[in-house]
Amino acid sequence: MDGFPILSIMLAVPLLAAIACFFVSDSAARFIALVATLIDLALGIVMWASYDIGGAQWQFTERADLFAGFSYALGIDGIALMLIMLSVFLMPICIGASWNSIKTRVGEYMAAFLLMEMLMIGVFAAQDLFLFYIFFEAGLIPMYLIIGVWGGDNRIYASYKFFLYTLLGSVLMLIAMFWMVAEAGTASIPALMTTDFPAGAQTWLWLAFFASFAVKMPMWPVHTWLPDAHVQAPTAGSVILAGVLLKMGGYGFIRFSLPMFPEASAQFAWLVFALSMIAVVYTSLVALVQSDMKKLIAYSSVAHMGIVTAALFAFNVQGLEGAMIVMLSHGLVSGALFLCVGVIYDRLHTREIDRYGGLSISMPKYAVFFLLFTMASIGLPGTSGFVGEFLGLTGIYLASSWVALICTTGIILGAAYMLYLYRRVAFGDQRNADAAAMPDLSMREWLMMVPLALAVLWMGVYPESFLAPMRADVALLDARLAAAAPEGDAHLVVGEAPPPVADTHEAGAH
Amino acid sequence: MDELSRSLGLLLSEQILAVASLVLLLVVAWVGDKSSRVVSIVAVAVLVACAFFAGDTLDAGLVGTARLAFYGQFSADAFAAFAKLLIYLSAAAVLMVSPGFFGRLDAMRGEFPVLVLMAVLGMNLMVSANDFMSLYIGLELNSLAAYVLAAFLRNDERSAEAGLKYFVLGGLASGILLFGMSLTYGFTGSTNFDAVAVALSGDLSTGAMFGLIFVLAGLAFKISAVPFHMWTPDVYEGAPTPVTMFFATAPKVAALTLTMRVALDAFGAQIGAWQQIVIFVSLASIVVGALGAIGQTSIKRLLAYSSINNIGFLLIGLAAGTVAGASAMLIYLVIYVLMSIAGFLIVLMLKDADGNPVEAIADLAGLSRSHPALAWALLAVMFSLAGIPPLFGFWGKFVVFQAAVEADLLVLAALGIAASVIGAFYYIKVIKIAFFDEPAGRVAGSNDWTHKGLLLVMALLISPLGYLLTPWLDGLADKAAAALFLIA
Repeated sequence: MDGFPILSIMLAVPLLAAIACFFVSDSAARFIALVATLIDLALGIVMWASYDIGGAQWQFTERADLFAGFSYALGIDGIALMLIMLSVFLMPICIGASWNSIKTRVGEYMAAFLLMEMLMIGVFAAQDLFLFYIFFEAGLIPMYLIIGVWGGDNRIYASYKFFLYTLLGSVLMLIAMFWMVAEAGTASIPALMTTDFPAGAQTWLWLAFFASFAVKMPMWPVHTWLPDAHVQAPTAGSVILAGVLLKMGGYGFIRFSLPMFPEASAQFAWLVFALSMIAVVYTSLVALVQSDMKKLIAYSSVAHMGIVTAALFAFNVQGLEGAMIVMLSHGLVSGALFLCVGVIYDRLHTREIDRYGGLSISMPKYAVFFLLFTMASIGLPGTSGFVGEFLGLTGIYLASSWVALICTTGIILGAAYMLYLYRRVAFGDQRNADAAAMPDLSMREWLMMVPLALAVLWMGVYPESFLAPMRADVALLDARLAAAAPEGDAHLVVGEAPPPVADTHEAGAH
Repeated sequence: MDELSRSLGLLLSEQILAVASLVLLLVVAWVGDKSSRVVSIVAVAVLVACAFFAGDTLDAGLVGTARLAFYGQFSADAFAAFAKLLIYLSAAAVLMVSPGFFGRLDAMRGEFPVLVLMAVLGMNLMVSANDFMSLYIGLELNSLAAYVLAAFLRNDERSAEAGLKYFVLGGLASGILLFGMSLTYGFTGSTNFDAVAVALSGDLSTGAMFGLIFVLAGLAFKISAVPFHMWTPDVYEGAPTPVTMFFATAPKVAALTLTMRVALDAFGAQIGAWQQIVIFVSLASIVVGALGAIGQTSIKRLLAYSSINNIGFLLIGLAAGTVAGASAMLIYLVIYVLMSIAGFLIVLMLKDADGNPVEAIADLAGLSRSHPALAWALLAVMFSLAGIPPLFGFWGKFVVFQAAVEADLLVLAALGIAASVIGAFYYIKVIKIAFFDEPAGRVAGSNDWTHKGLLLVMALLISPLGYLLTPWLDGLADKAAAALFLIA
C-alpha cells in the first residue's frame, strides 16, 4: 500500500457524496449515501487487511504542508484503525436505519451523515494537533443539524445543549494546544506524544484537555447533555452518537491526555476514579427507573463509559486494552440497541416502555436479536461486552481494589436494568393491541441486525482479531506511563507454576 | 526630486479619489439623480484603480523615511496599503448593492457614491496618518460623510434618528480624541507619531498618561468597543442596510488599523500603560457583544452586537503587542470584512412578497425550506462568526488566540475563548430559526444577479475553501504588520 493515499480517499468519498446529495432527488440521495458508506467500509476492510501488525507504529501516513501554521498529516496506529473500522462499519447501518424513517429533506440529511463520517475518520486519522481539532469541532455542525432538524419533540433544547456543552468543553483545549505547539515547536501528534512537558504545565494542560474529553465521553457530572441528545436525535443519530462520537472522548484520553501528560494523569487519577465510580453507580441507578427506552440506553452508555475511564487511568496493559475493547463493544452494542428501539419506534412511534410488552410472541426474530444485544450489554461471556469488561476490571483491580469493587457493581446493576427492560418489552402479556399487531423484522432491518450480531459474537469469542493490531501501541503507551504509574494496592504475587502432573496427557492433547 | 512632488507621488490614490469624487459631484449636480447608476459604476472603477496602487505599495513595502510624505504627516507603507485594500473591497461591495436597495424606495441619489468615495478618502488618510493632525483630518472627513450616509433616507424617521445619534456621539468621540491629542502634544511636544514615540520612550508622565487614555477612549468610540459601544446597535438598525454594511466594514477597518498604529507606533514604547486597558476593553466587548445580542429581535441589531463581539476578539491581537498579534489582527480583519459583507448581503436579500425588507429574526423561520441556498449561506456566516471550524471564521480566531498565547497572555486567551461560547448561543439561535422552525412564509422576494453573485463569492470565501487563501494572506499580513514595527 505504499504511497496509496487510502486515508485521504476515505475522507474524500463521503465528502464528495455529501456534496452530491444536496443536488439530487430523495431516492438518489439515499442510494448515493449507501454506496458511499459501503465504499468506505470496503476501503476500511482493505486497510485492516493490509495493516502490518507489529510493523511501524504509524502506518498509511500522508503528509502535506497545506497552509501556514499546520499541515495535512494523516496516519493511523492500531488504536485508530479499530476506531475507524467501527465508524465505517456503523455508517451503512445508519443509512439503512434512516432509509424509510426519514421522509423530509432527505438530501440534506444524508449529506449531514456523510459529513459526519468524514469528520469521524478525520478525528481518528489526524496526526496534526490542529487538524485533529478542526475535525473534532467541525462535527458539531452536522450533529447540531441532525438533532435539530430531524429530531423528536424537544429537539431544539437538546440540540442547543449538545452544541454549547461540547463547544464550551473543547475551546479551552485549543488554548492548551497553542501553548503546547509554542513550547514543543511542532504540531505533530506522534512527536508530541513523546515530548516531556514540564510537570507544572502538565497539570493545566491536562485539565484543559480533560474538560473537552470529559464532556465528550461523557463523564459524570457533565453527562447531562447525552440523555437529551440521544432521546431527541433520530435513530441513526443516536447510533452515531453512542457508537462513535462518545469514543472520541476515550480516544482523546488515549491519544493525548495519557501519553502527553503522564505525570498529570497520574496526579489526577483519583479524580477520574472518583467521577467514574459515581458515574457507574449513579447512572446505572438512574437507568433503572427510566420509562423511556432511549433514555435508559443513554444512561447505560454513561455507566459503560465510566468503566472505560477508570480502566484507562489504571495505568496498565489490561486496563488500556480493556478500555479499548469496551469502547468497541459498546459502539456495536449500544448502536444495536438504539437500532432495536428504532425498529419498534418506527412501528408505534413511541419510546415508552409501557406501551410495549410481549413482543417475543409477535416478533420472535426481533426478540432474539434484542436479547443478544441485551446480553452483550450486560457482558455475558461469549459476547463482546464480557471481554472488555473483564479485561478492564482486571486492570482496575491491579490499580485499586476498592475502585474495582465499586465499578463491578455496575455490571450487576447493568444486568438489572437491561433484564428489567427486556422483560417489560419482550416478555409478559401482550397488553397493547397495537404493539401486538406490529410485524416482525423486515428484510432491511434483518440486514442491519445480522452484521452487528456477528460482530458482537466475533469480538466475544475471538477478541484476538481486535486486540492484535492494538497490542504494540498499548505496550508503547504502557511503557510511556510506567514511570508515572502509581503503585496499585493489589500487590499481586506471581505464583509458582504447578508441577507438570501428566506429561502424557499434555502431549496427547496437542 | 523635491519633497512636494515626491509626496504627491506617494499620495497618488488619494489624489485620484479626491479628484474623482469632486468631478462626480459636479456630474451629479449637473445631470441629476438619473446619473446615479453610472456614477456608482464609475466610483467602483475608481476604487478598483486605487486598489492597484495600494497593491503596488504593499508590494514595494517602503520603509524608513521613503514611506513618509509631507514631512512625516503621511505614511505610505505596507500596513496602510493592506488596510486600504480592505476598505476598497468593502466600499465596492456597498456600491454594488446600494442601487438595488435605494432604487426600490425611489431614493437612489447621485450623492451616495460620491459620499462613499469621500468617506473612503477620509479612511485612506486615517490608515496612512503618521501624525495626530492628519489623523484627525482623515477621521473627520470620514465621519462627516458617514453622518450624511446614515441619514440618507431623509423621509425615514429611523434613518434620520440614526444620523443624528451618530453625529452627536461621533462629535463627542472626536472631542475626547482631540482632548487626548492636545494632552499628548502638550506633554511630548509633537504631534508626529515617530516624535511622540521617542518622547515617550522613558518614564510616562501623568499628563501623557491622560493623553494616552483619552486618545484610546476616542478611538474606542470609533471602533465601537465596550464601554463606548452604545451608539452601534441604534445606528446599525436605523441606517439604510447598505449603509449599515458600509459602517460594519470599511470604517471599522480604518479605525481599528488606526488604533493599531497609534498604540503600537506612537505609544509603542508604553505597551505596559495601555495593555491592561486593551485587555479590559477586549474582554468587555466580547462579553457585552455576546450577551447583548441574545435578546435581539432585529437581525441588524444582532449583527451590530456581533460586530462589537468581533472587535473584542480583534483587540486580543492588539493586547499581545507583537508582530504576530498585529498580523493576526489583519487576518482577522479580512475575514471579519468578508463575513460582514456576506451577513449584510443576506439581510439585503431577505424581502417579503412586496419587496419590503424583512429584518425581524423571527421572520427567518423555515428559510431553509423556502430559500435553501440563502439559508445555507446564512448558516455558513453564522457558524463562521461563531468561529466553528472548518469555516473560515475559525481561522481568524485561531491566529488571534495563538498570538495571545505566544505573548503569554494565557488568562486573556482562556477567558476570551470561553466567552466566545456565549456568542455561539445566539448564532446557533439564528440557525435554529432558519433551519428547525416551521416556515413563516414571510420571505418571498427574488433577487438580482449582482446580489446572488456577490453572495456566492463571499460564501465561497468563508467556506473551508477560504483556507486556500491563507498562505497568501499570511504572507501579506506578516509583511504589513512588520511595517508597523519598522519605525526608523
